[in-house]
Amino acid sequence: MTVETKLPYDQDYINQFSQDNNEPDWMRDLRLQALEQADSLEMPQPDKTNITKWNFSNFKHDAAKGEKIASLDQLPEDIQDFLDQENKQENLLIQRNHTVAYASLSKDLEEKGVIFTDIFTAISEHEDLVKRYYMKDAVSVDEHRLTALHAALMNGGAFVYVQNVQLEEPLQVIFWQEDPEAAMFNHVLVVADDNSSLTYVENYFSQNHEQETVANIVTEVIANNNAQISFGGVDNFAEGTTTYINRRGVAYRDARIEWALGQMNDGNTVSENVTHLIDENAVSNAKTVSVGRGKQSQNFTSQITHFGKFTEGHILQHGVMRDKARSIFNGIGKIEHGGSGSNAEQESRVLMLSKDARGDANPILLIDEDDVEAGHAASVGRVDPLQLYYLMSRGITQQEAERLVIHGFLEPVVGQLPIESVKAQLRQVIERKVY
Amino acid sequence: MAGSTLEIKNLHVEIEGNEILKGVDLTINGGEFHAVMGPNGTGKSTLASAIMGHPSFEITEGSVHLDGQDVLEMEVDERARAGLFLAMQYPSEISGVTTSDFLRSSINARREEGDEISLMKFIKEMDGVLDELEIDKNMAQRYLNEGFSGGEKKRNEILQLMLLKPEIAILDEIDSGLDIDALKVVAKGINKMRDEQFGCLIITHYQRLLNYITPDKVHVMMQGRVVKSGGPELAQRLESEGYDWIKQELGLEDENVEQEV
Repeated sequence: MTVETKLPYDQDYINQFSQDNNEPDWMRDLRLQALEQADSLEMPQPDKTNITKWNFSNFKHDAAKGEKIASLDQLPEDIQDFLDQENKQENLLIQRNHTVAYASLSKDLEEKGVIFTDIFTAISEHEDLVKRYYMKDAVSVDEHRLTALHAALMNGGAFVYVQNVQLEEPLQVIFWQEDPEAAMFNHVLVVADDNSSLTYVENYFSQNHEQETVANIVTEVIANNNAQISFGGVDNFAEGTTTYINRRGVAYRDARIEWALGQMNDGNTVSENVTHLIDENAVSNAKTVSVGRGKQSQNFTSQITHFGKFTEGHILQHGVMRDKARSIFNGIGKIEHGGSGSNAEQESRVLMLSKDARGDANPILLIDEDDVEAGHAASVGRVDPLQLYYLMSRGITQQEAERLVIHGFLEPVVGQLPIESVKAQLRQVIERKVY
Repeated sequence: MAGSTLEIKNLHVEIEGNEILKGVDLTINGGEFHAVMGPNGTGKSTLASAIMGHPSFEITEGSVHLDGQDVLEMEVDERARAGLFLAMQYPSEISGVTTSDFLRSSINARREEGDEISLMKFIKEMDGVLDELEIDKNMAQRYLNEGFSGGEKKRNEILQLMLLKPEIAILDEIDSGLDIDALKVVAKGINKMRDEQFGCLIITHYQRLLNYITPDKVHVMMQGRVVKSGGPELAQRLESEGYDWIKQELGLEDENVEQEV
């Protein structure tokens, strides 16, 4: 059953919105067509989570323009935490509601031809590149109603493109939903062209505890031949935001995509992280951590699909559940016919801190080829009393011992994040969510 | 008075309804090294675990006091902060927590808030002990006991002992899994702790360890009780003659007693 959600925004609105942003015709047409499709497409049906009553229709699409920031000192403290105070982040984009509040790219990277900008600027200044990749190879408009709605209402995001460059410094984006009712229809497109490498880190942040809104985010990450992308993300939307976030990677020959995602939203969330390993020797490591608290319901999917020969996929999901939170962790390793010599491994672990919480780990292997390797491990359990005993036997209090065990449990992903301040900020968020 | 006193009286301990300790009496004073020996399955490790507060053991009778304080009323962490330490036979692996972070938390747990050990001082102390125990420095950055060899785990226990400097330490089969060179290094570390303030209870299956750490007193445990106590010469006799003569002397049935945990 689907609830008939009347679309809150019509054709005229979208026409006007596209025009206000000086978009080319193809973008306007894509939006209008998507709007039409959204009408007839079904909602996605995440396994074992009923989202029919979630708020996907009550939001404000066109928020007030976020003011520019002259210097980073003007940012509120909560946002300062994302920034490395010691090593000044030279390559930084801050999106406040739907507009760019701050943007900087080092001279060096600019000279190397690195494109790192907001999505609207990219559409106007790098139209061909955006058109080439936007909802083409990774996510399609018509997958379900939410992808179509996303395409119709896209109102923010970032674009990254590098070619023949090995980036040492990370690129960081902070998406700050300042207006408590502003909806984020963010589109992030990260492309590493042949023989290039980059590190990208994004933070989502809001503080709408009472007011309701929606985040409908699509992120497409393309690693062309022999390219390497290290992608870090920390999602931290407040309780009032219902989130659909779809991060999808496509890796071609000898390419590699590393994901490290801290899924720390406080509202209901559907989060998909799917990577397609298209050609030979493509590799992906998908690592995610999450903490569920309060009454939130979340559905996480980590999937790696192997098309090419000798591709390698490793999934690791660690979740901590407290209060009355519910989470489903789907781990899917899929080897398509033709993906011989590939290896699909996954591990899902859920740590339960409350008897009223629910956490399910669903390991799934779908293998359509001989001569492959695949494996999975899944567990749902409580904090090991013997671990607590050991730590406490050195004088550490029970609370501190639990804290150590939980942080340790989430460390495989936290430690992987490529910016120190983002690591520290994620640890802070974990601390806040767990205690 | 020199150091602390740990006083165990008539201690009875059960696991899952099986009585393993059937009335143990033992007193350890600061400055004294005691060895508890005995065949497998006689309750030696149970004694160590019960004193520290292992969650699987139930104490049904008897008392344990540290300087007059009732240890059995304390939580595990309180026992540690009161001055007890147990070098465990099977220490837990804690993924994601570095050995160094754990050590620092343990040291700070004994100090007042606001009086935490400085990072520099901590690193200096830790590096010193790592050298003494001939432990590779990168162990500090490895996750606690995760993927450690048997020998590395034992050395890590002694590293903790030397950094935490407890009043009374219990070493539970710290020699098992150590080759002779490692044993010498570990023994050297333990001997360095020896002073008026420090009391130690060494639990061992073999006399071997006692060649390097000379105990002041040796106790033999059988069937859940301390059945014989003596000086270091007792350990040597056990090494050469085994335990049968004690059984005969005491008229004990030769039975396979309860499993050790």
